[in-house]
Amino acid sequence: MTGKMPLLEINDLHAGIDGNEILKGINLIIGPGEIHAIMGRNGSGKTTTANVIMGHPDFDVEKGDVILEGESLLGMEAWERARKGVFLSFQYPQAVPGLQVGNFLRKSVASIRGEDEAKGSNFREKLANAMESLDIPRSFMARYVNDGFSGGEKKRFEILQMMLLRPRLAILDETDSGLDIDGIRTVSDGVNAAIRDTDSGALIITHYSRILEHVQPDRVHVLLDGRIVSSGGPELATKLEERGYAWLKEE
Amino acid sequence: MAKNNDAREAVGEYKAGWHDPENSTIRFDFGLSEEVVREISNLKNEPEWMTEIRVRAFKHFMRRPMPTWGNMSMLEEIDFDNICYFLRSSDSTKNNWDDVPDDIRNTFERLGIPEAEQKWLSGVTAQYESETVYHSIREDLEKQGVIFLDMDSGLREHPEMVKKWFCSVVPFADNKFSALNTAVWSGGSFIYVPEGVHVEMPVQAYFRINAKNMGQFERTLIIADKGSSIHYIEGCTAPTYSTDSLHSAVVELIALPGSHIRYSTIQNWSSNVYNLVTKRGIAHEKSKIEWVDGNIGSKLTMKYPSVILKGEGSHAEVISVAYSGEGQHQDAGAKIHHLASNTTSKILSKSISKNGGRGSYRGMVTVSPKADNCKLNVVCDALILDEGSRSDTYPTMEVANSTARCEHEASVSKVSDEQLFYLMSRGHSENESLAMIVNGFFEPFTRELPMEYAVELNQLMALEMEGSIG
Repeated sequence: MTGKMPLLEINDLHAGIDGNEILKGINLIIGPGEIHAIMGRNGSGKTTTANVIMGHPDFDVEKGDVILEGESLLGMEAWERARKGVFLSFQYPQAVPGLQVGNFLRKSVASIRGEDEAKGSNFREKLANAMESLDIPRSFMARYVNDGFSGGEKKRFEILQMMLLRPRLAILDETDSGLDIDGIRTVSDGVNAAIRDTDSGALIITHYSRILEHVQPDRVHVLLDGRIVSSGGPELATKLEERGYAWLKEE
Repeated sequence: MAKNNDAREAVGEYKAGWHDPENSTIRFDFGLSEEVVREISNLKNEPEWMTEIRVRAFKHFMRRPMPTWGNMSMLEEIDFDNICYFLRSSDSTKNNWDDVPDDIRNTFERLGIPEAEQKWLSGVTAQYESETVYHSIREDLEKQGVIFLDMDSGLREHPEMVKKWFCSVVPFADNKFSALNTAVWSGGSFIYVPEGVHVEMPVQAYFRINAKNMGQFERTLIIADKGSSIHYIEGCTAPTYSTDSLHSAVVELIALPGSHIRYSTIQNWSSNVYNLVTKRGIAHEKSKIEWVDGNIGSKLTMKYPSVILKGEGSHAEVISVAYSGEGQHQDAGAKIHHLASNTTSKILSKSISKNGGRGSYRGMVTVSPKADNCKLNVVCDALILDEGSRSDTYPTMEVANSTARCEHEASVSKVSDEQLFYLMSRGHSENESLAMIVNGFFEPFTRELPMEYAVELNQLMALEMEGSIG
């Protein structure tokens, strides 16, 4: 990684909502082609980290910076960040009744990848392949975005979007929660296909080490009360699974 | 991202707000009197009976108080003495666009009417101010006996038919504005579809008000004979002026046994137009009447498309959307009367209010004691886009027969910041995201429209959403 520009660089990030500081100085560097994982208990700031990187308007950044390929994201709105290549797989994807999945995907690809990629057979072929690999039936296209989707369908749909949008940086916020083993494997395959052997990167936010068995992360970070308190290789995830988080506090 | 209540003024975004220089051949002075009513009838060389109906309707209008419901304060602002009741801008109705006066033709070209006509319509009438300036119908339909005329020509060429049906569905004394329309009506469509004939492609009427302080009072009568079908579409726009105009139409539909009438409206008047319209149909045995009603423009709309289910096994549907922006009140809904057994009805109403706009659903469904096994379904959904906007629902159901199956659902929702953030994270600007949510909300309506109109409506709504946030 030395010599190369980092894909994502988070420097001393302090952020919160309504005056309550949630992130208290996060530092993180993800290089091209790397997959990192953030683990931590509920309320440690995992989802906030994802939201702040994506640009959720409710969060205020007090200090620090979020830099994608040398460019600060902080002055950009969410849609501009998306066009720069940031993608967030939501923990709770929102339903938009009346907006058809097929139409939405085409529009999203057009706005992020450009009109050409959203046209004709080129688009249809990519879509069909991605759907097949995620076990999504064709009838899905005529449904409304996340409207009446089961938990598993929502997660697959997030990954389908990721595969079509081919982001520079994919953030997966608890994409594995609520999925069964097959679902986790399918989603993991999707992440591996989108990130491995490319110069894109991913940040996987999770409670469980299971997804990390399928997507071997380069680095695992533990978030505690708004700070990264420990970082290591994949073995850290296993250790957390075995011993929980309590030992970190003692250290 | 600012929250979605920092709204920019909606005025100025209205796309059809231009006006042509006024080149009228006949223009009445402002104000209404029996003389004005008689003069309109005289100008049109109408039969005596029509003049008489007009005068009786005028007298009723003068006596009749304003409605004591709806938006009374807005209604009180109408200055009936400051309205032009008749304006002729072309000496006759043409059936070739090239013969239509330049300014007027240009206006309809900008509105895309001649193009739509060529591509996918069976016939077109274009009304400008008080009268129809252009009219055409496909030859094959004419050969099958389909009559599609402007109402004035209908009265001239088919007086016995008009006499039979005129005011048979909406009596002039129905309400103050049906009386006004009957007194001063001009233009509108007259349609007769013979037994068993199916008009495959829709026919369209387009209504344009150009002059200031104009009153447009078109009158439409559609008769679908046994087993026939027709889809009629109307669109309307007007220039944006600082003074008010009045549009007060009456539409009467007669669906004879086994026939099917679908009547679609995209109402996009400028925000200085009062739109006070009476629309009603009578459905005979096993016939079907559908109102597909989109209200986007106007200052105040009060309109409740109605169906009287008179024949056994008849069916009514009213699918409507209303958009209320700054200074607008859309008081819309539906009325359905189940008079016969085994009749079914469905009402779907969707309203959006924004920038302090107000949307009201006002509906009435009745089932008479003798009507057995009726089915009614009413769904009203409202979407409120910001804090100062308002939505009200006034549903009434009077069911006097215990075998009726009634369903009623109502919902009010708001666009959440989470929904917007989700769409924005997929590369869509705030306005695009809002337009997606709004178009999605309207989707159950737009899917009922011919594709061309659905696209137009979506674009219209995208335009309305422009600059609505921050």
